[in-house]
Amino acid sequence: MDASFLQPIEAAVTLSVIWIGLGLIGLAFMRAPRLVSHAVFPAGALVSILLAATGLWAIGAPPSAAILPAGLPDLPFHVRIDALSGFFLLLLGGVSFGISLFAVGYFRDTEAATLGQLSLQYHVFLASMAFVLIADDAYLFMVTWESMALSSYFLVTTEHHEERNRKAGFIYLLVAHIGAISILLCFGVLHGGHGDYTFEALRAAELSGFWATVAFLLAFFGFGAKAGMLPLHVWLPEAHPAAPSPVSALMSGVMLKTAIYGMIRVIYDLIGGIRWEWGLTVLLFGAATSLFGVLFALMQHDLKRLLAYHSVENIGIILIGIGLSMVFVGSGHPVAGALGLIAGLYHTLNHAVFKGLLFLGAGAILKSTGLRNLNEMGGLIRYLPHTALYFLIGALAISALPPLNGFVSEWLTFQASLQAPLLESSVVRSLVPIVAAVLALSGALTGMCFVKVYGVAFLGQHRHELAEKPREASRWERAGMLWLAAACLALGLLPVFMIGQLNNVSQALINAGLSNEAMASDWLWLVPTSSAQASYSPIVFLLVIAVVFELTYLVVRQVYHGRLRRSDPWDCGYPEQTSRMEDTADGFGQPVRQIFAPVFLIHREIPRADDPQPVFKQSVQDRHWYWLYRPIARFTEFLSGHVGKLQQGRISIYLLYSFLTLIALLVFAQ
Amino acid sequence: MNIASGIVFQVLQSVLVVLIAPLMLGWVNQCRAWLQNKSGAGIWQPYKVLNKLFHKDAVLAHNASHLFRSTPYILFGCMWLAVGIVPVLATSLPFAPAADVIALVGLFALARVFVSLAAMDIGTSFGTLGARREMMIGFLAEPAMLMTLFTASLISHSTSLATIVETLGHRELVIYPSMAFAAVAFLMVLLAENARIPIDNPSTHLELTMIHEAMILEYSARHLALVEWASSLKLTAYITIGIAIFVPWGIAQAGDWTGMLIAIAVLVVKLTLAGAGLALLETVSAKMRIFRAPEFLGTAFMLATLGMLTHFLLER
Repeated sequence: MDASFLQPIEAAVTLSVIWIGLGLIGLAFMRAPRLVSHAVFPAGALVSILLAATGLWAIGAPPSAAILPAGLPDLPFHVRIDALSGFFLLLLGGVSFGISLFAVGYFRDTEAATLGQLSLQYHVFLASMAFVLIADDAYLFMVTWESMALSSYFLVTTEHHEERNRKAGFIYLLVAHIGAISILLCFGVLHGGHGDYTFEALRAAELSGFWATVAFLLAFFGFGAKAGMLPLHVWLPEAHPAAPSPVSALMSGVMLKTAIYGMIRVIYDLIGGIRWEWGLTVLLFGAATSLFGVLFALMQHDLKRLLAYHSVENIGIILIGIGLSMVFVGSGHPVAGALGLIAGLYHTLNHAVFKGLLFLGAGAILKSTGLRNLNEMGGLIRYLPHTALYFLIGALAISALPPLNGFVSEWLTFQASLQAPLLESSVVRSLVPIVAAVLALSGALTGMCFVKVYGVAFLGQHRHELAEKPREASRWERAGMLWLAAACLALGLLPVFMIGQLNNVSQALINAGLSNEAMASDWLWLVPTSSAQASYSPIVFLLVIAVVFELTYLVVRQVYHGRLRRSDPWDCGYPEQTSRMEDTADGFGQPVRQIFAPVFLIHREIPRADDPQPVFKQSVQDRHWYWLYRPIARFTEFLSGHVGKLQQGRISIYLLYSFLTLIALLVFAQ
Repeated sequence: MNIASGIVFQVLQSVLVVLIAPLMLGWVNQCRAWLQNKSGAGIWQPYKVLNKLFHKDAVLAHNASHLFRSTPYILFGCMWLAVGIVPVLATSLPFAPAADVIALVGLFALARVFVSLAAMDIGTSFGTLGARREMMIGFLAEPAMLMTLFTASLISHSTSLATIVETLGHRELVIYPSMAFAAVAFLMVLLAENARIPIDNPSTHLELTMIHEAMILEYSARHLALVEWASSLKLTAYITIGIAIFVPWGIAQAGDWTGMLIAIAVLVVKLTLAGAGLALLETVSAKMRIFRAPEFLGTAFMLATLGMLTHFLLER
C-alpha cells in the first residue's frame, strides 16, 4: 500500500486519542451536563463506529505498525494492527457504539459533577481498551492494561457512597492486580534476558519446553483472572452489579474480551509452538467455568448479578473453543484447530453483543422501575414493550437458540469437538465429546435461566406495587438496544460473512483456515468442513418458521374464524390468583438447587413449628470463598502480622537492619 | 438431483407427516386402550378433537400478551420445519441441509423455551409450575440427546441426518454395538421429551403431577388445537429421527418415485410398530416422582456416553 495513504494503525491511534480528548471535554464542561450527555457521548459513539470500520478494514489488510512519539525516552510506544487486533477492534467499536448511544439516555439525569468524571473515566476506559488491542510492546501493553483496570475501577465505584460498591471495587482491583502481576511475569519469562520488550523480540525468543509451559501458565491464569475464569471469577459478580448499567455492559461485553485477546495474542503469537497438553488445560478449565457459571446464575435473583455469572459461563464456552483449537493445533491438525479458533472467536463477538444488550436491558428496567431484584418485578412486558422485545432477542441469543447468533458459535464449537476422531490419544479423543456434553448441559441450563429471567421479570402478574407506572426507555436508550439486537439477528442469520473475516484471522495466526469446500459455500449455507458432514442455514430456518406461522394464521382464519373472548385466567378453576402464587426467581431455580446441591454451599434457617411468624431464610454461597480465598487471606494476615514485628518504629533498630543487610551482601559478594 | 422433483418431494413429505401426526397419536391411544382392555375412542379421535377445537371461540386471559397468542403458531412452525428436515421418506431433500441434528435439537429447545414462556405469561401458579418442570426435564434430556446423536454422527463422520441415513442404511449391514446403547438412551430421551410415561402422563390432569398439561392449561380453541397438533408432530418427529438413525432401511433418495412408494409403505409399518411399542411401554410402566427424573435421564446420558466410548474402543 502507498505509504502516504492512511494506514489502519494511524486511524486506530487517532480515534483512540479522540476518545481521550472527548473524555477531557466532558470533564471540562461538567457545568453543562446536557452538553456532556447529548454531545460528548454521541461523539464517542461516532468514534466507536469509525473504529469498528477500521477494525474491519484491518482484518483484510496486511499488518501495519508504527512507533508513537510518546512514552519514556529511549522506550517509545510500539503499535501494530493485524487481523487479530482488527477483529477485536471491530468488536470494541461495534458494541461500544450501542452502549454509548444507550448511555446518552441513561446518564441524562445524572448529577453534573458525577457526569463529568463519568465521561472522563468512560472514554479513557474505551481508549485504554483500544490501546491494549494495538499495543506492540510489553511496556505499552502493561501501561494501558493498568489504565484500563484503573479507569474501570473508578467506574465500578461511581456510586461510592454505598459500602457494598466500595468493597466490590476493592475485590476487583485486587484480582485485576494479581492477574497483572502474572502477565508481567509472563512477559519477563518470554523476553529471556535480552532487554527488548517489543512483541517482535518476544516472538523471536526461543524458549525451552519448561519455560514455554511456565509462560503459558502465567499467561493463562493472568488473563484468566481478568476474563473471570474459575476460580478467579469472584470479582465479576461483585463488580458488574455495582457499576452503572452501560459500564456493566462495557465491562462484561468488551473488557472481558480484551483478556481473551491477550490470551490468544500471547499463547498463539508470542509463545507459539502450542502443545496439546496446554489445550487440554484450557479445555477443562473452560468446561468447569461454563458449568459453574450457569449453575450459580440460576441461583441469583439480582438481575445484574445473574448476568455477571452468565459472563463467567460464556467465558467458559469461549475457552472451550480456544482449548479445542489448541488441542488440534498441538496434535498437528491445523484445519480442525482453525475451526475451534473460529468458534471461540465468534462466540467472543456474539457474547459481547448479546451480553451488552442484556445489561442494557437490565439498565432500562433499573432506570424505569428502580428494581434489580427479579422477585419484585413481573409483568413488565406491558409497560416496557420495546425493552421487552429487545431483551427477548438477547435472551434467546444467549440461550443458544437458533436462528440467533449464540447458536451459531455453539454449533461451531460442537462441530469442532466432533473432529475428535482425528486425535491420536484415546483419552483426549473420548474426553473431547464429553466436554461437548458439558457444553450442551450448560446451554440447556442457560435456556432455563433465561426462561426464569424473562418469565419472572417481564411476564406474569406484578409482584410489587410501584409508586408510578414504569416508563418505557427513552429514544436514545432504545436506539442503543436496537443496534445490539439487530447485531444479534445479523450475526445469527448471516454468519458466513463474519466467518470469512475470522478465517483471515485464523490464517494470519496459525497459517491455516477452514477447508476449501467450507469457504466455497455461498452466503446462505454455513458449512464448517464439508457439506456432507454438516451444514446450517439460519435464513431457511427462519423463513420456514415464518412462512408456516403466516400460512397457519391465515388458513385458520379463513377456514374457521378468528373470534376471541377475554376472561379471567382459568388455572384449573381456582378462583383467586395472586402474584404470590407465581414462582419467584428462587422458586424457579429450585430443581437445579436440589439436583446440583453438592455444588452449592446452602445455608438454611428453618422456622420452628410453633413460631407465630415463621420466616424461612436461605442463602446460596460460592464455595471458592471458603476453600480458596479465606485461607489465602488468613495466611496473608498471619504473614503480615509476623512481618509487622520487624517494624519497631525506633531508628536504632532500622540502622541495625541496614547494618545486617550490608554484612549479608558482603558475604554474598565474596 | 432434479430441483423441481426435490421440492415436490419436500412438500409432499412435510404435508404427509403433518397430516398423519394426529393419526399416530390416535393409534398410540387406541393401542393403550386395547392393552388396558378398553374399547378406545378410535384412531381418528384426535382429528375430531382438533376440528372441534378449531370451531370453538378462543378464550384469552385479560393480561395475556402477544407472546402468549403467537406461541402456538411459532410451535407449529418449529415442528413443521422439524419434519421437513428429518429424512422421513427420502434423503437429499432441498431443505435438509438447512439444519443438522444439532440444529434440530436447537429447534426443539426453541419450541420448549417459547411454550414455557407462554406458560408464565398469564402468571398462574400452574403455568409457572409447568414451565419450571419442563425446563428441568429439558436441561436433563438435552445433553443425553446430543450424546446419542454424537455417537451416530461419529460412525458416519457427519451430523447431517441425510448422510447418517445413507451411511447406515444404504450400505451393507454392519452391527455397531455402540448404536445399541445409543438406541436405549434415545428411547429414554424420547419418552421424557414428549411428556410420556414415566416422566409425564399425557392423559393426566391431576394438578400436582402434570408437566406439559400444566403449561398449556390457559390455551383454548384454535390455540390449543395448534399446541396439541404441534405436540403430536413433535412425537412423530422424534420417532422418525429414531427411525432414521437406528432403522434407516427403506428410506428413498429424492426423485425416485418407486422408492418413494416403497418408503411410504415401510414408514407406515415402522410407525405402526413404534406406536404399538410406545403404548406397551406406557402400559407396563408407572409415572415416576418428578425428582426421580434426574436419575432416569442421568441413566440415559450414561448409556449414551458408554455408547460413544464403545465406539472409540471397539469400532475404529
